Amino acid sequence: MNRLTDEDLALLLLIRLFERKLLALFERGALNGTTHTCLGQEYVPVSLRPLLRADDWVFSNHRGHGHYLARFDDPDGLLAEIMGRKGAVCDGVGGSQHLKRDRYLSTGVQGQSLPVATGVALNLKRTAPGALACVYVGDGTWGEGAVYEALNLAQLWRLPLLVVVEHNGIAQSTPTELQMAGSVAGRAAAFGIGHRRVEGWDVADIRQQLAPLVEHVRTEPAPLVVEFATHRLGPHSKGDDTRPADRRGKDWYAAYRAAHPGQAARIEAAAGERVDRIAEEVAARPPSTWTAT
Amino acid sequence: MRVGENLNQALHGLLGDDPSVYVLGEDLLDPYGGAFKITRGLSARFPGRVLTTPLSEGAIVGAASGLALAGDKAIVEIMFGDFAALAFDQIVNFASKSVSMYGHRVPMPMVIRCPSGGNRGYGPTHSQNLQKHFVGVPGLSLFEMSPFHDNRAVLDRMLASARPCLLFEDKVLYTRGMYEVDDLFAWELAGDVAVVRPDLPAAGADYALIAPGGVAHRAVAAMRWLLLEHDLAGTLYVPSQLYPFDVSGLLPALGAAGLVCVAEDGSAGGTWGSHVAAELHTRLWGSLKRPVRLVSSADGVIPTAPHLERDVVLQDTTIRRAVLEALHG
Ligand SMILES: Cc1ncc(C[n+]2csc(CCOP(=O)(O)OP(=O)(O)O)c2C)c(N)n1
Repeated sequence: MNRLTDEDLALLLLIRLFERKLLALFERGALNGTTHTCLGQEYVPVSLRPLLRADDWVFSNHRGHGHYLARFDDPDGLLAEIMGRKGAVCDGVGGSQHLKRDRYLSTGVQGQSLPVATGVALNLKRTAPGALACVYVGDGTWGEGAVYEALNLAQLWRLPLLVVVEHNGIAQSTPTELQMAGSVAGRAAAFGIGHRRVEGWDVADIRQQLAPLVEHVRTEPAPLVVEFATHRLGPHSKGDDTRPADRRGKDWYAAYRAAHPGQAARIEAAAGERVDRIAEEVAARPPSTWTAT
Repeated sequence: MRVGENLNQALHGLLGDDPSVYVLGEDLLDPYGGAFKITRGLSARFPGRVLTTPLSEGAIVGAASGLALAGDKAIVEIMFGDFAALAFDQIVNFASKSVSMYGHRVPMPMVIRCPSGGNRGYGPTHSQNLQKHFVGVPGLSLFEMSPFHDNRAVLDRMLASARPCLLFEDKVLYTRGMYEVDDLFAWELAGDVAVVRPDLPAAGADYALIAPGGVAHRAVAAMRWLLLEHDLAGTLYVPSQLYPFDVSGLLPALGAAGLVCVAEDGSAGGTWGSHVAAELHTRLWGSLKRPVRLVSSADGVIPTAPHLERDVVLQDTTIRRAVLEALHG
């Protein structure tokens, strides 16, 4: 695995430790509701980060903390949102899976975002040529019909839509084999939409592969499906994992730490301190207030 | 026994007794057993008739209609009732219409289970009570789970009706005790309606509450407080079937009550409760002591943060305030 810059590794580990902190807070009863961590998938939004521009829209889903942190260096605001404290990104109304900030939006209903992103892409094509709409979806979400209606529209109208599939082999408790006939590649092909599968987690390598493809979406607008073969290391939400520990997939960080122990230890320590400090500070804040109903 | 276990056992019993019953839904295979564990143990006992599905609410409900058309019976679990919206077309424009739009009656024995409601911090798209969106659809019946109504009897009744039915299940109720009520109160079933009143002779006419099963505990908590703090003794009526809802049997008691209050948990505006209130005004005009009082959750989205959610979602305090205000001004 190529050596990461300190900056990339710091972001990856910020996401990793942020998610671990959430699970710990849940266990202590300091959080309620539900929260979906992206443990194991942190490198997906981090890889895409320099390929996306400020005028792009990003549509995230239920498993969106990494997407948000790769877009905004704002773990405080995100944690405040999840804990319902002052300074929350959306006043504590949306919570973990309903965020909106500038051109970033997430929603907790699967499949909803693709048609919406298609509409945004239609706007961008005319008002901001070169900008695109990026949508994160899981493999399970390909069960929803809205996904196909959107793909059809996007291809028909040649819209700058980047569909990022985080194929982690499972949807909640259901392995992909039990919920998907055929493949993501085959489905993209059925619409004549370009598809690229990304194996591995080498950030530099992924960027190199994807940079020209993403650029193409900008210059010759048309949808593109990028499918990351990835691994969900943690539970779907909180402590609901019924998989045996050896079936949870591979951890990029274990591999990276083995290859670059010195850098990993140094940056992990710094990220850990930062997350601990933020968690303490946010927990001490007063509850969020919500005025706009 | 908890209400959730009662429902789980009802499904076990139904699948065991009737080989034409299917159960479809997301993530319901063992050992997971569904997001709320209501289908636990079913897939191991009845493989082939208990099917886990992709995330495809529209298709699942459509498939349930197909099973029903072909002579089977189907029970669908919508993981969060909010997602019944993704099956709205299949429910409203196909399943319900099919009962009568072909000129002769087409039996459509199917039940769509909708875990509903807030007070759990799940946020705006995972906490709603969507009952109001399904009220008044020809051919469609709405039921709500309650701590008083045995779920097996309710399921049997819904399937026997041969109409598509939605069963709303308050998620908080799953972990509450079945058949249990506050020690100051007693309850009995009068037909479809559970009647809860103070465990005292001839008490309970100060006011009448009508509430679906998911609101029952909040209603009883309010009644306890009203009894102890204000010496007001009321009676609670909890119907199992919300729509169509025949109020005829309740009219004598409601007409004699000092106040009738309908308490429901959906967001205010165009609701089941307003439908019931309108019906009561019409039928009891002249004998009602006061206008029927309606309490719902606020007309707003349900926030995720617990302190904000509490202000929006109907609480026991909302009910007791409404009753006091109506009676004492
Ligand atoms: C319409 C809809 N149906 C069901 C759910 C409940 N749910 C939330 S996430 C999820 C699994 C999604 O799987 P996938 O798309 O593979 O993403 P992953 O969780 O693996 O990241 C389910 C069933 C939902 N949020 N929305």
